[in-house]
Amino acid sequence: MDLNRREFIQVTSATAAGLAVSGLGFDLMPVKAHAQMLKTKYAKETTTICCYCAVGCGAIVHTSQRGDGRVINIEGDPDHVINRGALCPKGASIKQLVENENRLIRPMYRAPYSDKWQAVSWDWALENIAKKVKETRDATFETKNSKGQVVNRTTAIASVGSAAMDNEECWTYQAMLRSLGLVYVEHQARI
Amino acid sequence: MTNHWIDIKNSDCILIMGSNAAENHPISFKYVTEAMQNGAKLISVDPRFTKTSSKADIYAPLRSGTDIAFLGGMIKYILDNSLYNKEYTAEYTNASFIVGKDFDFKDGFFSGYTKGKEGPSMGSYDKSKWAFEVDDKGIPKMDKTLENPRSVFQLMKKHYERYTPEIVSTITGTSKEDLLKVYETYSATGKTGKAGTIMYAMGWTQHTVGTQMIRTMCIIQLLLGNMGVAGGGVNALRGESNVQGSTDHALLWHLLPGYLKGIKASNDTLTAYNTKWTPKSFDPLSINWWQNYPKYSVSLLKSFFGDKANKDNDFGFSWLPKADDTGSYSWFDIFDAMYKEKIKGFFAWGQNPACSGSNSTKTRKALEKLEWMVNVNLFDNETGSFWHGPGVDPSKVKTEVFMLPAAASVEKEGSIINSGRWMQWRYQGPKPMGDSRPDGDIILELFNKIKELYHKDAANGGNEKVGKNGKKGKKNKENKVNKGGAFPEPILNLKWDYATNGIYDPHKVAKEINGYFLEDVTIKDKQYKKGTLVPNFTMLQDNGSTSSGCWVYCGSYTEDGNMSARKDTTDAPNNIGLYPKFAWAWPLNRRIIYNRASVNAKGEPWNKDKWVVKFAGEQKDGKWTTNKWDGDVPDGGAFPLENPDGTKREDGKNPFIMQKDGYGQIYGSGLADGPFPEHYEPLECPVEKNYLSPQMTNPTAVVYSTSEDAHATCDPRFPFVGTTYRVCEHWQTGLMTRPQAWLMELQPQMFVEMSEELAALRGIKNGERVKVSSARASVECTAIVTKRFKPFKIGNGIVHQVGVPWHYGWMWPSSGAEESANLLTPSAGDPNTRIPETKAFMVNVTKI
Repeated sequence: MDLNRREFIQVTSATAAGLAVSGLGFDLMPVKAHAQMLKTKYAKETTTICCYCAVGCGAIVHTSQRGDGRVINIEGDPDHVINRGALCPKGASIKQLVENENRLIRPMYRAPYSDKWQAVSWDWALENIAKKVKETRDATFETKNSKGQVVNRTTAIASVGSAAMDNEECWTYQAMLRSLGLVYVEHQARI
Repeated sequence: MTNHWIDIKNSDCILIMGSNAAENHPISFKYVTEAMQNGAKLISVDPRFTKTSSKADIYAPLRSGTDIAFLGGMIKYILDNSLYNKEYTAEYTNASFIVGKDFDFKDGFFSGYTKGKEGPSMGSYDKSKWAFEVDDKGIPKMDKTLENPRSVFQLMKKHYERYTPEIVSTITGTSKEDLLKVYETYSATGKTGKAGTIMYAMGWTQHTVGTQMIRTMCIIQLLLGNMGVAGGGVNALRGESNVQGSTDHALLWHLLPGYLKGIKASNDTLTAYNTKWTPKSFDPLSINWWQNYPKYSVSLLKSFFGDKANKDNDFGFSWLPKADDTGSYSWFDIFDAMYKEKIKGFFAWGQNPACSGSNSTKTRKALEKLEWMVNVNLFDNETGSFWHGPGVDPSKVKTEVFMLPAAASVEKEGSIINSGRWMQWRYQGPKPMGDSRPDGDIILELFNKIKELYHKDAANGGNEKVGKNGKKGKKNKENKVNKGGAFPEPILNLKWDYATNGIYDPHKVAKEINGYFLEDVTIKDKQYKKGTLVPNFTMLQDNGSTSSGCWVYCGSYTEDGNMSARKDTTDAPNNIGLYPKFAWAWPLNRRIIYNRASVNAKGEPWNKDKWVVKFAGEQKDGKWTTNKWDGDVPDGGAFPLENPDGTKREDGKNPFIMQKDGYGQIYGSGLADGPFPEHYEPLECPVEKNYLSPQMTNPTAVVYSTSEDAHATCDPRFPFVGTTYRVCEHWQTGLMTRPQAWLMELQPQMFVEMSEELAALRGIKNGERVKVSSARASVECTAIVTKRFKPFKIGNGIVHQVGVPWHYGWMWPSSGAEESANLLTPSAGDPNTRIPETKAFMVNVTKI
């Protein structure tokens, strides 16, 4: 039997569970072992880094390759040199963050003075945001400040966020904001 | 962190102050515990007996906001008892520098103070008064005996003379006995070969004197020779998975990526900008790494604007926005301006300011004054839904709101960087749920649409230009591209080729951040081909032949591949847990910053067992002949200062390579509030006098003053000190934990922790709902009556302190009864950072 480290852990824990119940008079070990394998055997395995604090713990994500293609399980990565498989309560709950019925799953819009959200398409949302950005920027763009110095900016649009984005997204985001002429660019690090 | 998480295990003494690491960075305790098993001492200093305190050898309570007094007393103890590392202090720090005659400190003020006229800044200093004396070559004058009365060392000694254990105890409420126990235990790390580390977090940053709290500890670490060594350093435990990366990439007004300076209006050309921000050292022993500044700024402009940036147009320098020289555009300033109706459009992207900003009542009211807002998040939240929040009538709120669903971290690919600067790649598991999208795709598509509008305008011959205040300007007929919209150049010229088959491709951006050779370039006889990735930032150029979106990341994604995706678990030969082939760390995969200070002048490690780097060059006749370092990637990589025979080398370099003169900064003349940290009371405080000087509060603090910015100090209506903190089961405003059943079951509600004495005083029982109020708002909380808080004896009186977690908000749980602690916190902050003082403010607690 050729086992990698994780499979070894799974099989041995299944074995221990099997021994524990053998006093019942029948051996559940094969059933238990099969159930353990099912969880991940047909799943896609990817690694991730925890999305909460900045310790940077590694985790393994098992995603179903059949059915809905959603996350089956997320657990600490024993091969990660920082956390060696351990996770805190938040890290151990990432699956519930991802597979959460409360998540936003479509763009929403709230009109002026309205008391409700309405679902809108991505195209509609992004086109309308783009128009707002351009209108506001064009109407408020300052080529020079009160001292007559060239500033090429708008102070009528501001942005906050986000330490929750990946590095590449942060870079892309700041490039967009700076090309638009924003100076009010801030995020979590300031608070 | 100058060091990294695993390195904590190498420490001999761990001070956790301004942090509750066991609760908020639980996995860090794997290494705290390992150090303790090897004999290290753990010290916890905190107003409350926390989970961290419960594991500590020594626990010392202190009143919130008095850390400078506490640590200033430690500086005095170290100096009085000669416990500082003499060789390190004299040779590697600026303790020997001679300070100019204009420097003075009197009655709580340093020389050069002017009171602020308009606010929010209470005042400012003319820092030129604090300059060093320099010789005729421009090199700072030094006295390495440290005896000159105008030396930094002697001035420091004089400054902290006032910080006696008696006075410190009166201010902090810590017993003299506890103070001395902490001082004695921590100061023992000054011995050569011993290492002490500090783990701090928002408990230090969130004060009107936050930067100086950290500075006080930096001084201690330098005096004890704890910088650059294994198990040492100054370690900020950052709280968000990629807050280090978002800082590196400058989602902050005052920076550009890679800690380049934000552009000021007076930097009218690229040359002026580079000249202004490139430090010049005349000391041949100083590497002065920032002398490379123009290489990084020009490479950044090439990443911004690609082929459109060239020498003739100053590499597109004028296309970037500029801040007024005296302006501030920080978080506080955004919501102040928004409240004053000066901001029309707002992006709250992956952030929930309605609960996270200090004085959130003002933040929420400010949102009502917007014309439009874009809110990107995983969940509906208090910011996006502010228009139907508590006490808000939607029919009176004009703001248009677009709420866009973002994909979760496991649903996309890309890298994040942890607190120890380790850049780690994450892979996509499931596809984004429903119609949600990765932030990168949203940004890419949004900017495509903006660009399209500007292109369309340009193609149609353009609108009339409309300037500030809506006044119509002249059409620009000279430049075809300039016809569309206001100043379209930066938008139309921004390099934006980050899609593969129309989808955002994080690998393309990661490569752009690393940087490319844009021409064939020959460096030290080796040719690098145009279009290849730059191996590391020592090869970046200032002539436009290289690009790099963030120079400190140069080396992270090279022709050898994606370094952040590496998983090799082999340790380095020094076996101190560097794991140099696991992930990648900036800069240059260096795991411990300032590691050249871990060796003596000859390049021999202070600690032979837990060495970080050591010089391994060949020698002949008592002189080094070849240059080679073993261990971690050495800082700068120059020869040591001395040969094996003790003679000085002309090509040797000082260890603190990012400092202009190459020395650790005990004296910090660049700070807004003084070159030596000084104790001031929080803006809202329970005492009527500052026991160290006649000046109560930081005279340079920033304090805002709209009708929503009420403050109350020594006010009988708000007699108790309040502070905020986190619990293990929730995260930040709770938006990524409150919608989860498991975590909510563990920590279901807003609470206030208080001492048994305070509970008796107010007749409050454990578990009762009570009201906590400040000058700004009230919040309902469940009372936790605990021995973890004890009243402080301050001066002749008793001061009670309470604490509230800041994870809640009206949207989740759906009862709406659990609100944000930031409704209570004040609009006042640190003059260097404008980070709010949410760790020390005044409240009242009453039964409902």
